Amino acid sequence: MFVSINWIKEYVNLDGLDIKKLINTFTLATAEVEEVYVKGADIENVVVGEIKEISEHPDSKKLHLLKVDAGSKIVNIVCGAPNVREGMKVALALAPAKVPGGEITVTKVAGFESEGMCCSGKELGISDDHSGILELKTDAPNGTDIKDIYPIDDIIFEVDNKSLTNRPDLWGHYGIAREFAALTGRELKPLKLGDLSYDGDYQVPVNIGREDLVYRYTALKMDNITVNESPLSMQIRLYYCGMRGINLLADVTNYIMLEIGQPTHAFNAAMIDSIGVNTPREPVKFTTLDGVERDIDENTLMIYNNDTPVAIAGIMGGLDSEIVEDTGAVVLESACFDGVSVRKSSSRLGHRTDSSARYEKMLDPELTMDAVGRFVEIVRSVDPGARVASKVNDKYVKHYDKISLTFDKAYVDKYTGIEISDERIIHTLTSLGFGVEYDGGVFTVSVPSWRATKDVTIKADIIEEITRIYGYDNFRITTTKSPLKPVHHDYGRLEDEEIKDILVKKYAMHEVHSYVWQDGRKFKKLGIEVEDNVKVLNIENSENGNLRNSMLPTLLVMASENKDFADDFGLFEIGRVVDGIKADGTANERKHFGAVLYSKTLNEKALYFKALEMIDCIVSEIKQMKPEYKKAASCKRWQHPKNTAVISAGGCEFGTVCALHPVNRVKFDKTGCAVCIEFDMNKFNAIEAQAIEYKESSDMQSIYYDLSLILGDNIRFSDLAECWNKENIAELESVKVIDTFERLGIKSITVRFNFVAMDRTLEMDEVQKHIDSILDNLSGIGVALRA
Amino acid sequence: MFERPEELKKLFEEKSSKAGASADIEQLRIEFLGKKGLISGLMQELRNIPNENKKEAGQKINEAKQYIENAISKKLAEIKEKEINALINASESYDESMPVSVDYGSYHPITLVQREVEKIFLSMGFNVEDYSEITDDYNCFEALNIPKHHPARDMQDTYYLSSNQLLKTHTSAAQNTILRKYKSNLESGNPIRAIFPGRCFRNEKIDACHENTFFQMEGIMVDKDISISNLIYFMKTMLSEVFQRDITVRLRPGFFPFVEPGFELDIQCSICGGKGCASCKDSGWLELCPCGMIHPNVLTAAGIDPEEYTGFAFGLGLTRLAMMKYEVKDIRLFNSGNLKELSQFTDISFTHPTESKEA
Repeated sequence: MFVSINWIKEYVNLDGLDIKKLINTFTLATAEVEEVYVKGADIENVVVGEIKEISEHPDSKKLHLLKVDAGSKIVNIVCGAPNVREGMKVALALAPAKVPGGEITVTKVAGFESEGMCCSGKELGISDDHSGILELKTDAPNGTDIKDIYPIDDIIFEVDNKSLTNRPDLWGHYGIAREFAALTGRELKPLKLGDLSYDGDYQVPVNIGREDLVYRYTALKMDNITVNESPLSMQIRLYYCGMRGINLLADVTNYIMLEIGQPTHAFNAAMIDSIGVNTPREPVKFTTLDGVERDIDENTLMIYNNDTPVAIAGIMGGLDSEIVEDTGAVVLESACFDGVSVRKSSSRLGHRTDSSARYEKMLDPELTMDAVGRFVEIVRSVDPGARVASKVNDKYVKHYDKISLTFDKAYVDKYTGIEISDERIIHTLTSLGFGVEYDGGVFTVSVPSWRATKDVTIKADIIEEITRIYGYDNFRITTTKSPLKPVHHDYGRLEDEEIKDILVKKYAMHEVHSYVWQDGRKFKKLGIEVEDNVKVLNIENSENGNLRNSMLPTLLVMASENKDFADDFGLFEIGRVVDGIKADGTANERKHFGAVLYSKTLNEKALYFKALEMIDCIVSEIKQMKPEYKKAASCKRWQHPKNTAVISAGGCEFGTVCALHPVNRVKFDKTGCAVCIEFDMNKFNAIEAQAIEYKESSDMQSIYYDLSLILGDNIRFSDLAECWNKENIAELESVKVIDTFERLGIKSITVRFNFVAMDRTLEMDEVQKHIDSILDNLSGIGVALRA
Repeated sequence: MFERPEELKKLFEEKSSKAGASADIEQLRIEFLGKKGLISGLMQELRNIPNENKKEAGQKINEAKQYIENAISKKLAEIKEKEINALINASESYDESMPVSVDYGSYHPITLVQREVEKIFLSMGFNVEDYSEITDDYNCFEALNIPKHHPARDMQDTYYLSSNQLLKTHTSAAQNTILRKYKSNLESGNPIRAIFPGRCFRNEKIDACHENTFFQMEGIMVDKDISISNLIYFMKTMLSEVFQRDITVRLRPGFFPFVEPGFELDIQCSICGGKGCASCKDSGWLELCPCGMIHPNVLTAAGIDPEEYTGFAFGLGLTRLAMMKYEVKDIRLFNSGNLKELSQFTDISFTHPTESKEA
């Protein structure tokens, strides 16, 4: 919102104050000022001139040669405006002069000397009208500096609308003037309200159908209005504050909205017999005064004349009841509609206006009468012949509760942590319009109507009023007195971080973040189907509505998008997935770790084993145990049916390692391959880590024994291991695979057994006995020694 | 007999002058000093020398022996040195300037910033808490004093789910849960101090400055007698740690339903030092984080008596902090998975806290 300092000055005397400093204080105490514009500084020596004589330029159809009375002298001006007229008063930039577009000097235009320029409103920066030069309606003598008769010099500051969200009272200059009054300790002058007396009994009939959506509706008729255009000074002020002059009645309603924050609407009285406020029974089409036909649904509050809609309540009037040039009589609507209803309607229509923006903030219903009073006052000051043509019809349907808050000085001290005197508290609150009673250390504060619609409801709100005017910069700051307590660590989080460290530092993997929903379009490229899951109801791209139930498809997409990054790389993420719905109907959110390894240089098997190595490292480093694998009983359609395994540790199944299904593998990449790892981190975090078991090493001579075995089909190493593990041989210190190979379709493996005893040197006989029983077990599962 | 040792010395000189390798010297040592060597031979012959001459002859032989011994070790040292020099000369001088190739992994920039900030809070006695991405209307709005008709609850801002839940729009959604979790702290006379980083979601169109998925970090402290004065002190101290310099802050009123009073905290622009520049839109200040005194309704919703306890809360935009720190201009980097860019975030910045540029 744009705020004019001239306007503020009408209500608070700011004489002798540094305005820029004051605006900065306003930022710190009230709302953020985004920009300050000094208006008029670039205008110099622009005076009232009068066109005395017009002659045509001999060579140009457009240009006129003017003799203009500049007060002290008559000057020659070459001017191209179509609206020049003898006797017309103009804004003359008398060379040497300055206008926002640059300096004006005596110069030759099309062969004739021009001693200045007749300015359009746009050239002076006081309107956007450039259709012709500005006509001044003034009695001021020629040669008078226009700055002396029009409010061209002004300081305009722009307040961030977001910082006014909770302050409906600050959506007009008067509310801002109240803040300035409180900040400077000066008096706020009252609003000048017009005389509403009317001799007859006539009232504009008002019927409110939806009383739940209306706080107050005040209507008044005025007639005998003959002036059509608003004064230039009002137009300048409106323009500086971001609006455009239209006609007197529209300008006055805008002016009142900018002044006190209350939107009003002036209907052409010829079109209004009886006002109704209601929602339509069925959807209708309605053309607003911007010429747009809009679809109105049954929830949108409308204003009717009899049964004909004439405005969308609080948003915009209709084209048919618009004020036109010859409108001599108006019905003024000054109403307070329900803010939520206006906001929802405006959002359904996709049409937000200065008016709806104000209603959304929950306006003070007390304002409607002020607005009526201001309307009459302003219209009559411009057009003294205008008459009040009805009694005020004031339907005050709903009231806000009066709010009174009680607190003591100790409360203020505790909340602020500093000492603010009683006098200062009372003075601050009073200057902001709060009623304050102070008795025996207890404050009883009544909240003014303009702060009581939602903004100030509890005593903590009063603290804000006291402290912001006191100034946060003036606070003495201190540390808390709270005792120290050791920090509680969330081990799940620590484990996440450790996994990141292992993967980044040891395996040179890259951490990424990805979206929590499945991306249908990208999955499709890899031949991966979106799986049905908990959905986002209002996502822009409905293909992406399903939340992910696994990290892997998303990470595979990312890996595939990075194929040019390197021949070999890995990426991972620790994030959230949703594993369907829990028994109570809520989403089963899980924390997952997912990783994808990609390689153009390793074959899939080698990459798969690299993945196993990583898993081993993670589980060993964090849990002090070894992971175990078993082939997955079932897998997703994009996973390899033979190479998808379930990972477990300590009896808990917590993850999966897999290669891609051949069909998806081809879609993923023709030259490279990928292997995936996924952990359910909630399960992984829950596995209790084993303590380190220290064992003394033996000084005795150890004996190793190699066995080369032929592996039949479907024999896994874990089957072999079972053959020696079940013997529980205390002296078997380690078992290592030292070679595997395959020739003519026969797979074989060489395993080295290392035996050692703590207390003695082992004899070969003893070792041989163990080996024999292992071999027995092996032949039991069909594993023979290689010849 | 008395001449023989002198002759031996001469013989040695003659032979040793021809010796070039350490093996030749060993040969000489055996020939002259070995058990069956020439010196030994002379010693044997002493038996035949008359007794009165024995002493003198013995001395001469010993002298010759010592002479040869010294000469051998000297010669040996010379040769050794020559051989070592030859080895050195023959070896290659390595070019350290040759590029080496090491595969480095990378952390997500959010992880780096989050770790840095968490470390600071841990040092100040704050617990670091985890919270879900999916929450419900109660936690995200109701418990935070955000009324039913508040615009934040509209579909255009919040992602609603088919499970009657929603994706959290701010980390404040965790406040109620965490306040409840540590409420018993208060009863035993200890404050609640916690931070909770997390991923948030807003239904926004994505462009260089807007993301629908981003990270925040919320912090709260609750105890008896926590005041606005404490809040300002804390924010200043904490932010000075985060930015590794003494920073100037200012507070402006800011409206958030879950705090009262609420503030927007600005820090003085480090690029222009407060004079005004393009980065701070000529204001000299950068809006950094919202904060405020926890609204009494929020404390009540968590079962904490606002008459007895007060507290403050603040939010830090971790994504924004990462953008500031690494001068990332396009927010879309973070969720892009683009390794050409993301692989630059090795952990160097984590072990060495950022120095302010002008410092």
